[in-house]
Amino acid sequence: MTGAVLITGAAPYGEDPTDLLLADGRIVAAGPDAASHPSASDAEIIDAAGLVVLPGLVDLHTHLREPGREDAETVESGSAAAALGGYTAVFAMPNTDPTADTAGVVEQVYRLGRDVGLVDVHPIGAVTVGRRGERLAELAAMANSAAAVRVFSDDGDCVSDALLMRRALEYVKAFGGVIAQHAQEPRLTEGAQMHEGEVSARLGLTGWPAVAEEAIIARDCLLTDHVGSRLHVCHLSTAGSVEVVAAAKRRGTAVTAEVTPHHLLLTDDRAVGYDPVFKVNPPLRTAADIGSLRQALADGVIDIVATDHAPHASQDKETEWDNASPGMLGLQTALSVVIGTMVQPGLLNWRGVARVMSEAPARIGGLTDQGRPIAEGEPANLVLVDPDARWTVRGDELASLSHNTPFEGMELPGRVVATYLRGRCTASAGALVGRLS
Amino acid sequence: MTTSVRRPDRVNLFSGGVDPAPAHDSGSTGSPAASNAAELSHDGAAGAHRGGPVRMPRHLLSAADLDLATAEHVLSTAERIEQAIAGREVRKLPTLRGRTVVNLFFEDSTRTRLSFELAAKRLSADVITFSAKGSSVSKGETLKDTAWTLQAMGADAVVCRHSSSGAPQQLSGWVDGHVINAGDGTHEHPTQALLDAFTLRRHIGGLTGRRIVLVGDVLHSRVARSNVLLLSTLGADVTLVAPPTLLPVGVGSWPAAVSYDLDTALAGADAVMMLRVQTERMSGAFFPTAREYSRSYGLDIRRRALIAPHGIVLHPGPMNRGMEITPQVADGPGSVIVEQVANGVTVRMAVLYLLLSGEISQAQDAPARHRTVGGPA
Repeated sequence: MTGAVLITGAAPYGEDPTDLLLADGRIVAAGPDAASHPSASDAEIIDAAGLVVLPGLVDLHTHLREPGREDAETVESGSAAAALGGYTAVFAMPNTDPTADTAGVVEQVYRLGRDVGLVDVHPIGAVTVGRRGERLAELAAMANSAAAVRVFSDDGDCVSDALLMRRALEYVKAFGGVIAQHAQEPRLTEGAQMHEGEVSARLGLTGWPAVAEEAIIARDCLLTDHVGSRLHVCHLSTAGSVEVVAAAKRRGTAVTAEVTPHHLLLTDDRAVGYDPVFKVNPPLRTAADIGSLRQALADGVIDIVATDHAPHASQDKETEWDNASPGMLGLQTALSVVIGTMVQPGLLNWRGVARVMSEAPARIGGLTDQGRPIAEGEPANLVLVDPDARWTVRGDELASLSHNTPFEGMELPGRVVATYLRGRCTASAGALVGRLS
Repeated sequence: MTTSVRRPDRVNLFSGGVDPAPAHDSGSTGSPAASNAAELSHDGAAGAHRGGPVRMPRHLLSAADLDLATAEHVLSTAERIEQAIAGREVRKLPTLRGRTVVNLFFEDSTRTRLSFELAAKRLSADVITFSAKGSSVSKGETLKDTAWTLQAMGADAVVCRHSSSGAPQQLSGWVDGHVINAGDGTHEHPTQALLDAFTLRRHIGGLTGRRIVLVGDVLHSRVARSNVLLLSTLGADVTLVAPPTLLPVGVGSWPAAVSYDLDTALAGADAVMMLRVQTERMSGAFFPTAREYSRSYGLDIRRRALIAPHGIVLHPGPMNRGMEITPQVADGPGSVIVEQVANGVTVRMAVLYLLLSGEISQAQDAPARHRTVGGPA
């Protein structure tokens, strides 16, 4: 194992500063006595005065593009972006080539992640074969594989067939799985390019109506109730979806929901100018939607922030809007955007950030060694954050192989100072620190 | 809908500067603009149009790029061009000699392509036409690759027709030359709106307070978008008539009234403009049958009689005869459909002339090229 690390003066959850001693992958001591612990004698000392320490971030929604589109991202480059962004675990979406719809493919991704060793990579399995929405993939085989898949999604496409969705929700009960639904009614969004509203009307881009998301969420909440299963809603993007989820939670539906950083900050009028870097699915919505999403995240109606980190090669973005691929980078900017949109306006404190970016996503994804309290005996998955730093986003300086950040040129608050995965530093001062293997 | 769709912060990749001066200089042996001054002599009041100083944009991407004074200047320039050519044996002006105009047509459009070709040739520009059906992607390269190719060729103006909304605007960020939108997807077709306004002014005079009815597939119509913008800028009262399925969500923010009832809207109108209904819409469940559409929204002799006695009928073409318009109306009195085509050449000459000669941008203060029309921040 790596050597011991003594972090001094860091503020857990932004509260009272304390010392943390990391050894053998765990927090072996926390508090003023940590420095006098036997393991502290030869520990590397990190002065973390003025920094906030949070449990390592967990992203329930990442696209690593491998296998299939290694020109856009690899498990290695995506892991690097994750570590630099403060993440200690990411869930990799199955829309790869081949699709991650078998035990073989999910184990391949899992092993690639383990070999890189910068972040725990947990593959998400496809719900249906080839994500075609026709018949269930071998979900139990993926659950029982080395990758121990618990989250299943056809992300990028909706499991739109109601009967198939019902069966999927039912089937995963056998092994404690959850269906993460990309809520998009396909007929209502044929050819859809951006949020349907005044801007789409003006720009002549086919609209993606809010109701296409809300209708699927409502249906799936009812199906989830009916079969007594568990539903997770990917990248919820509209005020109406917030209302649907809030109502379902009030009546006891086992539904959780995520919001992306870009849906917390950017509006549909970014499409003015037709720069496809702002094309994403679901699309950027209105300022009113953003207001609802932020409030819902503060209130707990929305459980987590997930990045939907979606790298795309330049040839898939520097082209006509309707021919460009939807998606945005997110791993290295997520925490800063959450600080800017939630913490600074007073909607969320650091405890809240830990909840929505670490604890709750770990719980939804079935991880027991992530999103844990900052306390003695817990796994040493931690991130040190400088809350007062500001930095300017430059796509070509991000670790991803692609540069499609919608925050290009923006100055964002808060910066990841160091990330620790089971006591080992994976990223420090904006640079990667070695690999496990 | 008074906002521009121009990207406010686009940095020109080829100059390193923001909003560089036009790449072409005027040369040492007399600029084309200067040699042309007598030909298209001003009425001496270029800056005195309604609505303030004339501000010709660097590119013509949207009808929203033209404010009232500039729009009127384009139209009056077209009138002067028509007069200048009218008395000539050789219907050609030397204005753009030595300039290169590239017609970049990613979508079939014989009418618009020929119109732009003729306009450029009548101004003595060198014209090359590039027709490629489908997108750049279908050829395995990006739109940016295409832009770089054009840039390498040194095009002074790029006339772009594309099936993708926004493609001309994207191009404008990547090339130094002036980009003219010749119809992009379901977005805009600003020179069509200019030729329609030119035609309307000729027949019904000034457009202030005039009632103009646009009928048909507003949802997918670039002609409708540009006309709503331009005609409202020129002071007309525009009414859009369509089945609710063919009106965009968000149309309420447009500077136009909306109606589902054609008979009511036509009563006393100064002009009616019929929009083409694409055949693929007929099978797209936007309306039950062509017959039902025609009954509700087609222009026949009975409805033709509802508009004002001096009223005229326009159609951007190509027409679906018997669908949105009956032959008796299309070919009958007050139909200016054929004249629209002729006016298209004249108006496009005016646009090419004003963009390429630099006449306005030299005459006016520099900030004119920086203008944005109040788009969202």
